[in-house]
Amino acid sequence: MSAETLIELRGLTKIYGSGNAAFTALRGVDLSIGSGEFVAVMGPSGSGKSTLMNILGCLDSPTSGSYTFKGIEVESLNKDQRSLIRRHALGFIFQGFNLLARTSALENVELPLLYRGYSRTLRHKMAREALASVGLPDKERNAPSELSGGQQQRVAIARAIVTEPNTLFADEPTGNLDSKTTIEIMNLLQHLNAELGITVIIVTHEDSVAAYARRTIKVHDGLIAGDSGRSNG
Amino acid sequence: MLLNALFIAVREIRRNLTRSFLTVIGIVIGVAAVVTMVTLGRGATLAVKQEISKMGSNLLVVRPGQGWGSRGAPQFSMRDVSAIREQVPGIAGIAPFIQTNGAAVYQENDFNCDIQGTTANYFVIGNWQIGLGRFFTDAHVDEAAPVCVIGETVRKELFGPGVDPVGSKIRVKSTSFEVIGVTAIKGQGGFGEDLDDNILTPYTSILRRMSGRGSGHNINQIMISGREGYPSVHIVADVTSLMRERRHLAPNEQDNFSVFDSLQIADVITSSTRVLTSLLGAVAGVSLLVGGIGIMNIMLVSVTERTREIGIRLAIGARAREVLLQFLVEAVTLSCVGGVAGILLAYALCDLLAEAVGAPFIFDPRINVIAFVFSAAIGILFGFMPARRAASLDPIEALRHE
Repeated sequence: MSAETLIELRGLTKIYGSGNAAFTALRGVDLSIGSGEFVAVMGPSGSGKSTLMNILGCLDSPTSGSYTFKGIEVESLNKDQRSLIRRHALGFIFQGFNLLARTSALENVELPLLYRGYSRTLRHKMAREALASVGLPDKERNAPSELSGGQQQRVAIARAIVTEPNTLFADEPTGNLDSKTTIEIMNLLQHLNAELGITVIIVTHEDSVAAYARRTIKVHDGLIAGDSGRSNG
Repeated sequence: MLLNALFIAVREIRRNLTRSFLTVIGIVIGVAAVVTMVTLGRGATLAVKQEISKMGSNLLVVRPGQGWGSRGAPQFSMRDVSAIREQVPGIAGIAPFIQTNGAAVYQENDFNCDIQGTTANYFVIGNWQIGLGRFFTDAHVDEAAPVCVIGETVRKELFGPGVDPVGSKIRVKSTSFEVIGVTAIKGQGGFGEDLDDNILTPYTSILRRMSGRGSGHNINQIMISGREGYPSVHIVADVTSLMRERRHLAPNEQDNFSVFDSLQIADVITSSTRVLTSLLGAVAGVSLLVGGIGIMNIMLVSVTERTREIGIRLAIGARAREVLLQFLVEAVTLSCVGGVAGILLAYALCDLLAEAVGAPFIFDPRINVIAFVFSAAIGILFGFMPARRAASLDPIEALRHE
């Protein structure tokens, strides 16, 4: 356990609704993830893995328990403060790519930089570099509808890494892709983890995808059912 | 942050040109309606003012009887005119006025017109300019000279357009008058009457040569011009009390004469056109309001339609206030663009309509500024609700939205 701890969960619970309609999605999760890990979160639908990801990604807040990210107690932050953590330290990749339609790849990639208030020149330079690093240097003018699924996901990855985030969250990133493209995308994520030291946390239900990760966490019924353990160190 | 929001908003507007156009069209029409109505209304007010000033500015008219055209009440004498001139302060000029009508004949042409007897003062009081020849003078009045100054319409009817009638003799009611001048064209009066169909002659000439009336009470009207800056209400009051005294009216008797103040008449007319202008402006303002509701409507639909976009923005780290600002700035930008387009459309309309309505087209920067500020305010007012709805979205829910 020599690597510095990035994420620390203690007794994390999440309850949706209240009274009779209350639904407990997480029932006391303890977890620690180190900086630079490549983690796969697996579990059947309804197991609570998406809830766990949303809380880890600072998109949602827990009902009780503590979540410490880089020493920051996230559970006590308000919406805007969580937004700022996402802006400065996190990147997101989604199953459905979630690119802005009728907007060029370059403009999609520079979107997070707009919220950082960077100049146009700097934005374009960083977005071009990010597109080049995902292997799409010649597609910067194309809108999402003019790109294949794999290319769209690469643009989405470029958008996620353009801010040089500390951690990358990927929610079923290959769910909409064929097996050949899946391999390309997973290789890209592996490369980002190995070469740039970005912590990658990926939700998947495919063992072949989870195999790229160095650590697998299985979620079942709101609890951690299996953990291959911290892999780096 | 504001500049950033403006940048994002403009990019979103450009990305959805059709929707943006539909959003803006209500504001364009509303602003165009308001600016057109108010501009034309102001033009009409000014036109009325100009018409009235043709009668002579600061003009007061003393007439026998109450109201217009009251007959039977005693007329005035020259002694009344002298008394007013000597006793009422604030008077710049005063002239007696005798009005009759009849046919004027020159060679084979004849024309029925107003024949007005007065003194040289009347040219100043009535704001007359000479077109050809000259006005008659006090000397002509003293000797009851058979001379006259004719209006453009009379010149046209008797001599034909462009003919110089100065020196010619015309016959009016079997008396011969020498034409010594033609007045400059006045055009139509405030009530649409022709101001150029008259013959002006010394009042003494009418009394002695035409009517055969003696020098008793035979003045139809007394024309008075007030001194610049002197309140005409004082003149009206002083003339009224003087005339009551001279006509030996008991305190319980009504005036058997009336004093008209052209300024008051002008005020009444311009204030009524002003009321009409504000009424039209208010009706047009309602359409601007409807345009604002249109913006709100489309922005609300757009928030629903763009839920996923909002989710993406929130996920990559936009704060609620930045999303709010983006939507608010979008609404304000759209309504400002609509405001400018509306103002331009209004000027196209005014240019077309000014002639049809018969009012001059007056450019008033104030109404533009007001219309523009108002449309921006509408953007803020009606953009706020949709923007707040967008900002309150939950990122997870928004991302899941189809």
